[in-house]
Amino acid sequence: MRALSALPNGVLSTLSIILFIGLWQLLALAIDAPMLPSPVKVVEALWADILSGELPFHLGVTLLRLIVSFIIAMLIGCAIGIVLGRNKPLNALFDHWLIIFLNIPALVTMILCYVWFGLTESAAILAVVINKIPNVIVTVREGTRALDQDLLEMAKCFHFSKQKTLKHVIWPQLHPYLMAATRSGLALIWKIILVVELLGRSNGMGYQLNLYFQLFDVANILAYTIAFISVVQLFEVFILKPLDRANSRWRR
Amino acid sequence: MTNININVIRKSYPAIGEAGQHLAIENLKFDVQQGEFVCLVGPSGCGKTTLLNIIADLDNSYEGEIILQSTQALYPKIGYVFQNPRLLPWRTVRENIELVLEQHNQTAMLDELLAMMQLTQIQNYYPERLSLGMSRRVAIVRAFAVNPDLLLMDEPFVSIDAPTARQVRTLLLELWQNRPHSVLFVTHDLREAIALADRLIFLSSPPMQVVSEITVPLARTERTERQIEEFRQQLLDDYPTIQKLL
Repeated sequence: MRALSALPNGVLSTLSIILFIGLWQLLALAIDAPMLPSPVKVVEALWADILSGELPFHLGVTLLRLIVSFIIAMLIGCAIGIVLGRNKPLNALFDHWLIIFLNIPALVTMILCYVWFGLTESAAILAVVINKIPNVIVTVREGTRALDQDLLEMAKCFHFSKQKTLKHVIWPQLHPYLMAATRSGLALIWKIILVVELLGRSNGMGYQLNLYFQLFDVANILAYTIAFISVVQLFEVFILKPLDRANSRWRR
Repeated sequence: MTNININVIRKSYPAIGEAGQHLAIENLKFDVQQGEFVCLVGPSGCGKTTLLNIIADLDNSYEGEIILQSTQALYPKIGYVFQNPRLLPWRTVRENIELVLEQHNQTAMLDELLAMMQLTQIQNYYPERLSLGMSRRVAIVRAFAVNPDLLLMDEPFVSIDAPTARQVRTLLLELWQNRPHSVLFVTHDLREAIALADRLIFLSSPPMQVVSEITVPLARTERTERQIEEFRQQLLDDYPTIQKLL
């Protein structure tokens, strides 16, 4: 253990991935069945999917749906969350609505959206947005309730404009909550969007995964999963982590 | 010229749970003249912070009126040094002060203020790295930076050690003499009040009222520790009611 703790974190992460792939390879060799292809076969399938252009296309379509629904859900969720967090009567009025929407199963919203609005792109995005919005509202509402009244009073006393108060006093306090909403939101949307595609779209990762499921093509299912996990990691490393760093440089 | 007329007829807090309604202030009336340094002295919890919040327009659920008359500006400006410094942790010392400025071409004035309060070296620090004494000095500079018609100070030296408090008090007086503003300074420390004020206003326990107003007859250059102590003793002998308020 002491030898491990002396290693830098980067080396430890790499070792852990190598260990995981090694175990997978051993298991695949031991089972020796198409149900669990070896890592090499999965990488071959991934490479073939990339070269054929199939994977980039379907991944691109899913990403586009993800970005559009994420932005809509975050904007609406933040606005409602801030209003409910600052206004007790409104919060009391809509609290039960929020609990109802939080607890409707995602599958029900998807089916209802497709039934009511047809198997269309907007119905698919609406289903994702409706599933995500309540989570954003709840997180941002908690953040707004926890705003430091002393700092708000300071801003009022020194005649900060509304815009200045939002930018310099409220926004930095909401930042951790927004990051939490973003992270949990992305994870949730990823999961929902695949089911939405599986149920009612003719393209996207969900559609492809369903296709490979019917063909029992586990190598391609795992290849798509790797592509999927890689994109999530890229999001984390190149967008979320830098945002975190930029906004917490004042902390000791 | 800025004159401040304070007349709070009644300020109460509504009943919460088993605690009944709390009458904080009743028939409180006094004036502050242009450039005057007034110390409000009263026991802890007597409603001094409530009064400052009313004057700063942070609390408007009261009966009465606060009149700030200024011959220079339509809306007189107020600077407030809160009991805790209330700095934005995600902005540096300098940014915290720049944020309250209306114009951005006040670099020279800001540099001078920071230098006077001996903050130049730490102007790019984030507040988390500052000691309480330093944070309080930043809060004082921030309040002075808006060039206020009235400066409100709510026990700004409480919970800092005596030598630091003495040093910041001296810096505050230099700053004030350099840029005279009307000041309302809340404290429950009579020595501190005598060291700083032109006039002392003694306030009662709730419902808060003015008990007595006393002008400090000592010139600022004469306010040595011995002189302050002598005057304090004389006050306590002449006005026995004050003793109960400290």
